[in-house]
Amino acid sequence: MKACVLVFPGSNCDRDSYHALSVSAGFKTQYVWHEETNLSGYDLIVIPGGFSYGDHLRSGAIARYAPVMKGVSAEASKGTPIIGICNGFQILLEAGLLPGAMLRNTQVSFRHQWVTLRTETTLTPFTSTIDQSCLLRMPIAHGEGNYFATQNMIKQLQDNDQIVFRYCDSEGNVTASSNPNGSVNGIAGICNKTRNVLGMMPHPERASELILGGTDGTLLWNSLSRGL
Amino acid sequence: MAIFNVAVTVRLQTEVNDPQGLTIQSALSALGFSGISNVRAGKLIEFQIEAASEDVAAKTVEQLSDNLLSNPVIENFEYAISTPTSNTR
Repeated sequence: MKACVLVFPGSNCDRDSYHALSVSAGFKTQYVWHEETNLSGYDLIVIPGGFSYGDHLRSGAIARYAPVMKGVSAEASKGTPIIGICNGFQILLEAGLLPGAMLRNTQVSFRHQWVTLRTETTLTPFTSTIDQSCLLRMPIAHGEGNYFATQNMIKQLQDNDQIVFRYCDSEGNVTASSNPNGSVNGIAGICNKTRNVLGMMPHPERASELILGGTDGTLLWNSLSRGL
Repeated sequence: MAIFNVAVTVRLQTEVNDPQGLTIQSALSALGFSGISNVRAGKLIEFQIEAASEDVAAKTVEQLSDNLLSNPVIENFEYAISTPTSNTR
């Protein structure tokens, strides 16, 4: 299993992702600088969290035009699994590879805490082996994670089973108080129509070893290696 | 060629919730300013552009506002182009 972690100026979860993939998951992992354009040959592409280009203008707005995004688009249409985590999710939205947009958290403040997630679909290469009756625990850390989509877009996401993760309470109920940022319908992660591009605000790479406080993130890496 | 001054205003669409505007509004009320409502926060981006004419400049401004300065999913933009500050160089 060959994975790559993209690195933009201002990425800051690239090393965590690299560690999680190479050490925790055992993938052969490489960093890819944002000036590269060819991403062929990888079984997984990770767009990590951070503050690419200082988050200026809008999170992900400038990174989406980086040369490496040409490679990301090409691989997205080839069906290569691509996961955008936090800022990576924001970049995928800005690039139009996923529908919707991010707004400031409703509380305006930066939220960093562990959250509980419900897996809404196992029909993705990232969640295929996840037991949906088990809730996942992962950290979030973002200021703009308030997912917005028009009613039409939400309906399409639902009809096509593209909502992958939702924030929930310890019983698995999606409630206003379990929603850390105001995301519409408590959405924490979505995939594209062809199901190979996943964007999520929570950080699976920060929940990939016991010493970090949890290992639920490894469930995604396990699903990915099982699928290959 | 002439240089034009451009001001692009980017606003959240009216149906999009604006946490920043709401926070400013509650801060204003906490400061004792009464009667303030519907606070919305946007962005003003100013620059200069060199173009053959105002029409040509406007086309470019629309394109770059659409491609980069605003996100059409959540935002609208409008722009003002002011008369050339200097003529042919």
